[in-house]
Amino acid sequence: MQNNSESKEYKSHVKGLNFYYGAFHALKNINMGLHDKKITALIGPSGCGKSTFLRCFNRMHDLYPGNRYEGEIVLHPDDVNILSSKVDPIEVRMRISMVFQKPNPFPKSIYENVAYGLRVRGIKQRAMLDEKVENALRNSALWEEVKDRLNDLAFNLSGGQQQRLCIARALATDPEILLFDEPTSALDPIATASIEELIADLKDKVTILIVTHNMQQAARVSDFTAYMYLGELIEFDETDTIFIKPKHKQTEDYITGRFG
Amino acid sequence: MNKANELIQLRKIINTHKRWDLLFMITGIIALMIAILTFIALFAQMMIDGMPRLSWDFFTSFPSRRPESAGILSAWVGTTLVMLVTAASAVPLGIGAGVYLEEYAPKNLLTEILEINVTNLAGVPSIIYGLLALGLFVYQLGFGQSILAAGLALALLILPVVIVATREAIRSIPVAIREGSYALGATKWQTVSDHLLPYSAAGILTGIIIGLARAIGETAPIITIGALTFIAFLPPSPVTDEFPYISFEWLTAPFTVMPIQMFNWVSRPEEAFQLNAAAAGLVLVVMTLTMNGLAIYLRYRMRKNIKW
Repeated sequence: MQNNSESKEYKSHVKGLNFYYGAFHALKNINMGLHDKKITALIGPSGCGKSTFLRCFNRMHDLYPGNRYEGEIVLHPDDVNILSSKVDPIEVRMRISMVFQKPNPFPKSIYENVAYGLRVRGIKQRAMLDEKVENALRNSALWEEVKDRLNDLAFNLSGGQQQRLCIARALATDPEILLFDEPTSALDPIATASIEELIADLKDKVTILIVTHNMQQAARVSDFTAYMYLGELIEFDETDTIFIKPKHKQTEDYITGRFG
Repeated sequence: MNKANELIQLRKIINTHKRWDLLFMITGIIALMIAILTFIALFAQMMIDGMPRLSWDFFTSFPSRRPESAGILSAWVGTTLVMLVTAASAVPLGIGAGVYLEEYAPKNLLTEILEINVTNLAGVPSIIYGLLALGLFVYQLGFGQSILAAGLALALLILPVVIVATREAIRSIPVAIREGSYALGATKWQTVSDHLLPYSAAGILTGIIIGLARAIGETAPIITIGALTFIAFLPPSPVTDEFPYISFEWLTAPFTVMPIQMFNWVSRPEEAFQLNAAAAGLVLVVMTLTMNGLAIYLRYRMRKNIKW
């Protein structure tokens, strides 16, 4: 059990997390805390396991055979270990939403895209759906652009708009944590800037964990940064500390672009 | 000057290579023409022979000993009803099996064996399905030489086509869409029914229509289970005057189908019956082409809103 002050400050604790793709040991004994209503960035070279780590939080690995977790990810305030085999991954995914690398709207209308998470929960009343869809679209700064064409196909939006739509879709269900898996890697610089701005605005509402391969992005948007290498968490601290005076030589080398 | 010589040499080589290009193109066109012209010639011959016989009466008359008054009424009604049974059984079974194999089946040896078998079933000669249907549906289950038995036999025949089309249509949906659905907390069934099936509907439908277009022309399995070749009555109507206004008696009725009617006419010595066969063949070909055309159109229409 976490004591009160700790669970107020932290949304989640990762304890001794190991993850295996079959025989491959992808994450090695990761321990860290996720601060409540803050943005935590995961950085590291390709293949370091940052996306694998992120996808543990919504049990995405359960979709494929041969994957195995060890250790705990404890979610506060109810202190449930979301990796436990007794916890239904669907319940975890309803509490923790995810935004993917490439915008992946469904080939449905804008409205139905945002409403889908609500429909999955069995919400049918039109008034409630309308309200939550509008709220989510406002929170993802898309409402003004789409309010007159909610029944248009989502594919007709631009790449940046599609990604904001995916953020709205993830927000519509009031998640406790929002996961971002390199959300701007498929977008142009202007769309990237608007998404970053949006992510920064969202932290008042939700705890955010974001994977990025762009160190400037981590520096710009995050409060805390974790540097990972070959499945290990090398260093985790406030973003300013990581970028200005990292404790590990390796972190410094990566951040200054000497490798990676 | 050396450079200029080199260039001349180079151009010579390029020209020689291009001659091979031209040669292959001509060979290709000839090969294509042989295939297409053969079909056109066959079709034209059938049109010339059969066209004069096509009239309203031809569609509304039963077969007869007098060729000029014989028609295909019992044949096209039989074909339509058999196709109805085939579609009604092959579509749910095929889609169900395809979805199961693609989404639910655990990835193990048993599944792999099942998958290989399903693919191989598509290559089994149709008369084998006829024999199976004769033993199983006609005798074992006691359906008799009926529309039901024939429809189920053809359903078995096109089942692999529907299963494979379903699996491929589902597999062509990007992983990101699937994960997007699961990430919102959808269950497997919600993901299948809200996303995978609607988005793969065009592909599945194409598979179904192509399967049916194949089944409509099948003769061997229908002969094997013992369809009648001369039939001068219609099966009981599916719609009745009395409650519950719908009847399934037609399922157990004896029947004939278009290809069998043709087969019957072709084997008659009189020239006039040959013309009838050509006319019936024309109708059958138009039916198949229409179905294929419909498949292409639906595919185009339903894919228009989906870009990946």
